[in-house]
Amino acid sequence: MKTPGAAKREQPAGESAGEQLPLFSSVDPGGSDAESDLSDSEESVYSGLEESGSDSSDAEDGESESRVDGSFPAEDEDSGLEKEGDKVKALPKLRTAKKKVKKGHKKAETETTPKSGETPAGTAANEYEEDTSDEEDVRNTVGNIPMEWYQDYPHVGYDLEGRKIYKPIRNKDELDEFLDKMENPDYWRTVHDKMTGADIKLTDEQVDLVHRLQRGQFGDVNYNPYEPAVDFFTHEVMIHPVTNRPADKRSFIPSLIEKEKVSKLVHAIKMGWIKPRKPKDDTPKYYDLWAKEDPNAILGRHKMHVPAPKMKLPGHEESYNPPPEYLLSEEERMAWEQQEPEERKLNFLPQAYKCLRAVPAFPRFIHERFERCLDLYLCPRQRKMRVNVDPEDLIPKLPKPKDLQPFPTTQALVYRGHTNLVRCISVSPTGQWLVSGSDDCSVKFWEVSTARCMKTIEVEGAVKSVAWNPNPTVSLVAISVESSVVLLNPALGDKLLYSATDQQISGFQEPEEPYLQPVQWLAAEGDAFDKGVRLTVKHEKAVKHVTWHGKGDYFASVLPDNGNMQVLIHQVTKRRSQNPFRKSKGLVQCVLFHPIRPFFFVATQRYVRVYNLLKQELTKKLLTNCKWVSSMAIHPGGDNLICGSYDSKLAWFDLDLSTKPYKVLRHHRKALRGVSFHKHYPLFASGSDDGTVIVCHGMVYNDLLQNPLIVPVKVLKGHEITRDLGVLDVTFHPTQPWLFSSGADATIRLFT
Amino acid sequence: MGGQEKRKYERGSATNYITRNKARKKLQLSLADFRRLCILKGIYPHEPKHKKKVNKGSTAARTFYLIKDIKFLLHEPVVNKFREYKVFVRKLRKACAKGEWTAADRIKENKPSYRLDHIVKERYPTFIDALRDLDDALSMAFLFSTFPRTGKCHVQTIQLCRRLTVEFMNYVIVSRSLRKVFLSIRGIYYQAEVLGQLVTWITPYVFAHNHPTDVDYRVMATFTEFYTTLLGFVNFRLYQALNLHYPPKLEGQSEDKTKSVEENYAMDSETYLEKLSALSASLSRVMVPSTEDDVEVDEFPADTENPEQKEERQKEQQELEQHQKLFEGLKFFLNREVPREPLAFVIRSFGGDVSWDQSVCIGATYSASDQTITHHIVDRPTMDKQIINRYYVQPQWVFDCVNAKIRLPVADYFPGVMLPPHLSPFVEEKEGDYIPPEKQKLLALQRGEHPEDSASEEEEEEDEEDEEQSENEEDDSEENVQLKKMEQRSQDKRLNVKVTAGMLKTENRSHAADREKNEEKRLAIMMMKKREKYLYNKIMFGKKRKVREANKLAAKRKAHDDSVKPQKKKFKKLKE
Repeated sequence: MKTPGAAKREQPAGESAGEQLPLFSSVDPGGSDAESDLSDSEESVYSGLEESGSDSSDAEDGESESRVDGSFPAEDEDSGLEKEGDKVKALPKLRTAKKKVKKGHKKAETETTPKSGETPAGTAANEYEEDTSDEEDVRNTVGNIPMEWYQDYPHVGYDLEGRKIYKPIRNKDELDEFLDKMENPDYWRTVHDKMTGADIKLTDEQVDLVHRLQRGQFGDVNYNPYEPAVDFFTHEVMIHPVTNRPADKRSFIPSLIEKEKVSKLVHAIKMGWIKPRKPKDDTPKYYDLWAKEDPNAILGRHKMHVPAPKMKLPGHEESYNPPPEYLLSEEERMAWEQQEPEERKLNFLPQAYKCLRAVPAFPRFIHERFERCLDLYLCPRQRKMRVNVDPEDLIPKLPKPKDLQPFPTTQALVYRGHTNLVRCISVSPTGQWLVSGSDDCSVKFWEVSTARCMKTIEVEGAVKSVAWNPNPTVSLVAISVESSVVLLNPALGDKLLYSATDQQISGFQEPEEPYLQPVQWLAAEGDAFDKGVRLTVKHEKAVKHVTWHGKGDYFASVLPDNGNMQVLIHQVTKRRSQNPFRKSKGLVQCVLFHPIRPFFFVATQRYVRVYNLLKQELTKKLLTNCKWVSSMAIHPGGDNLICGSYDSKLAWFDLDLSTKPYKVLRHHRKALRGVSFHKHYPLFASGSDDGTVIVCHGMVYNDLLQNPLIVPVKVLKGHEITRDLGVLDVTFHPTQPWLFSSGADATIRLFT
Repeated sequence: MGGQEKRKYERGSATNYITRNKARKKLQLSLADFRRLCILKGIYPHEPKHKKKVNKGSTAARTFYLIKDIKFLLHEPVVNKFREYKVFVRKLRKACAKGEWTAADRIKENKPSYRLDHIVKERYPTFIDALRDLDDALSMAFLFSTFPRTGKCHVQTIQLCRRLTVEFMNYVIVSRSLRKVFLSIRGIYYQAEVLGQLVTWITPYVFAHNHPTDVDYRVMATFTEFYTTLLGFVNFRLYQALNLHYPPKLEGQSEDKTKSVEENYAMDSETYLEKLSALSASLSRVMVPSTEDDVEVDEFPADTENPEQKEERQKEQQELEQHQKLFEGLKFFLNREVPREPLAFVIRSFGGDVSWDQSVCIGATYSASDQTITHHIVDRPTMDKQIINRYYVQPQWVFDCVNAKIRLPVADYFPGVMLPPHLSPFVEEKEGDYIPPEKQKLLALQRGEHPEDSASEEEEEEDEEDEEQSENEEDDSEENVQLKKMEQRSQDKRLNVKVTAGMLKTENRSHAADREKNEEKRLAIMMMKKREKYLYNKIMFGKKRKVREANKLAAKRKAHDDSVKPQKKKFKKLKE
């Protein structure tokens, strides 16, 4: 309910009242045209105004604001006023099109639609404010929220006073919608307003506006963006001055100050004070830089200075016409091309040209100069002391083998007869006989001097080890076959001797109470006895190695895969056996009795343990530095031990010196199979899979301060390599400097 | 216990070295400037013995300089110039950006410049030191002098390089100090003996350069900057030592002329440099060298030398003199397809006269039709009209003569003839090295093994020998038949004779001694310690490889000769 005063006051604010009239008139016809349309038009009118007034393109705002009851005329006036204010901009008039409102509802709608938040509370000042701010007086205050939140409520929000704004009563279903779409010619210009839930029908002008905006044109129809530009100042040069002021006098008279300056300069030039600038002389001036060479002026730095190495001088291959042998062949060229540039020995391809005329430019010339520059300033320099050793000086000076004679030098005899590899040999203590055991299941006795086979004894398996009793009064040979050790009487040589041995064996008295033994002692009878077998010591497992004690009464046997009973010591006269060790300390390879003292050497794969048999304790553990010891021999003096190993090393231990080898010799190329010491001469030998026997001079001095002297004196060749095996066993003659070796080629050779 | 405990990397080698970045920061220079400074001052990185210690426990790859070197750089006046230059560039850029052209011109005029004289003196305290380091300087100057005048580097630098190299070449000519020349596929190597120092340099063949993109020309330019300074001073000193004018004057320009043309005569004048670079005219001396020869003859008998050494020295001296006068009295003419400069340089340095076609270059002293010309150097297969009283030879003859130190027979070098291989004079074969047969022939010639034969006869003889050899080989069939007959005869004889073993045994004895020795050695090698054995094996491997390579070359040569001989033979037959 606007007071007329307010309206009046507003009118002057608006531009003209004249424009109000058509609006009124337009409302009237709207009302008169059709009953149903009346309300629409009314609504549209003010809603459009609201729209324009609020300046927000949101149709919702305007509508929701308008949904307050109030008097028509006042409202119209109001809206009219506003409209006038906006008309200048020719802002659109949105018309809220109310469609399909039932006549019954029309009244109610009209009642609901009319606006006015301010009318109830309406103070003039308030109104005025709202006007100036171009704001609508009634609006939904919910703000910019999704309107779905109000779906289940009868109202859509609150006006400024906090009163509910109710939704229009509508019961349009899909069918209505469809019918509307089909029938209503204005359907296309109907817009749904979410804020109020009302449908708004756009007027022609509004549609026009939408079209224009869509086309990117100005909203105002009357606005002409292409108005002709008015030039205030022309670009054309005028003949007449803009002002009519005459020129200054000073513009015709030369400047005195300048004249003064010029005359000064002229004077200076005349007097020669000012000279023309000399052209800069770029050419460097040279003089005798080293006119005064003061040796004291040499800085200390120069003593440390490493001069850059000179470039390598070219060889024949770099010639443009090199000798033909320096040119690369096709394969060499291919190889050269496939190499990395850094790896190449030559950094260019040698080439031959027929004449000097044909030589092209070298494409990498600048590169090479550049690389030289980089070398000069980027490469660290270092004085390198080149080792200039004469290789002859590196060879140790050893006594000549000639001076170390006697030692075996040539192959003297070959003992043929075996058909398979000869694993083991042994010489009788007199040096007259030789026994050999082979894989062809036989043991042969040979006469050393004639290479005659005296006896062949067939056994039931491959012979792994033979050992002649070292006692010259006892004629016995121990042989390990399969799981037994056989003691043979070869019945060679002195009859008295071997018959005495037989008597001794046969004269054995069974003890009263039999002791528990790990092995079985069997005396041979019948056929076996005739063959020469005297005793058989049956073990539980295969026997690999057998060795006698120096006195000839005891012998030891090795059974590698027999738990903690790997080593057994047997006594022949009492036919007793015992297991000296409670626990096994690894895979035993071979065992050895000390020649003089009660020591017992047990070689496992990597260590040699020395036991004192009297005290029954471990005295020493020698570290061989080998992977797998194969054989072992002791110096007759008893203080030095050599160990051969499968990794082709021979370690010499000085037992007094250390538990580590005094010297390790790697002179064989393949695994060592057998090593041996000579009883009297300072010689030892090693046989290897590479088919050679190397005899070394190994002098042990009585003086404890002097270390043993080891000199290899001879490489003996003769055995052929069969099945990758060469020499299997070596042994020395007990008195002569002779060497026996047995090989995989089924022969035994004597070197003298 | 006294003394403050020092922290871990505050003593020892860690304090002697400094990383590049730290050095740069200490000097307050950009990396580029630091690089230039290092190049100019000849500072190079050092490799510490214990890199990890120096690197404070880290193993990252770093470049280390000696801290003393860097401290030494701190006092370098050039460093300040670098900074000034930086300011200059900034000012100039600013002026240009503002469009203040006069200011820019003024700034340009005051461009800071520096001289490197003191650095040269400092790096090479004695003249001999400078000569020792001349190789790279000369190579670089020769390279730069062939660069095009556009792009890549300043024209002044190129001109300066050209001037300096020409001066040096002129010095070599005057002093007759050239010793060896080698035509390689890279370029031409020269070796001169300057005041007892061997100076070797390489010049590229004269072609347009295909400038690579992966080369930093700034680095090269910095080097050249230093090298030109060095070369200039060296040249000055060398010219002074020979009583020559520096900058050089040509002899033709005698006093009267020089006086009048003094103004025109300046080093910059192009024609003058060209005349100089023609290398045809001799240089004028400050004083007339009348007494010089006498001085040379003088000898001071050294007390310590025994007469043998003295004799040897005298002989060497004589040889050298002969070598220097190798081409004396010969007149050469270079055909137009022959590279003029190297040949003129070489011929003139050995006392020969040389000329060329007028159209090739200025400085030609006589024309091709001159009757006194002895050698006409030609590099084309045939010559249309030949003048009878001169040799037509290929350019390789000149170079081979220089390297052989004697005038070689010309027959091998006639135009269109298959040239003998050009050997490197720098290879000095030691014992056991492979010596190509050509070199052996040459050595024989030098020893004067065919002194009575004239050059051509020798050649023929050689040919004949060759022929004979080849005939021998060709007539293998006949000879073989004969040989077989002989053998059969001997075999028949052998059948008749009963015992002929006496000789064999004696041989065996000597063999046995050898064998024994070898065995002894082998046994001794067995007893070597592991480390020594390794070293020994390494040395022996190297020796064996050398032998293998020599053998390979020899075998290759043999195969080649075998394949070539029949062709030669055919060729000769055709000729006949």
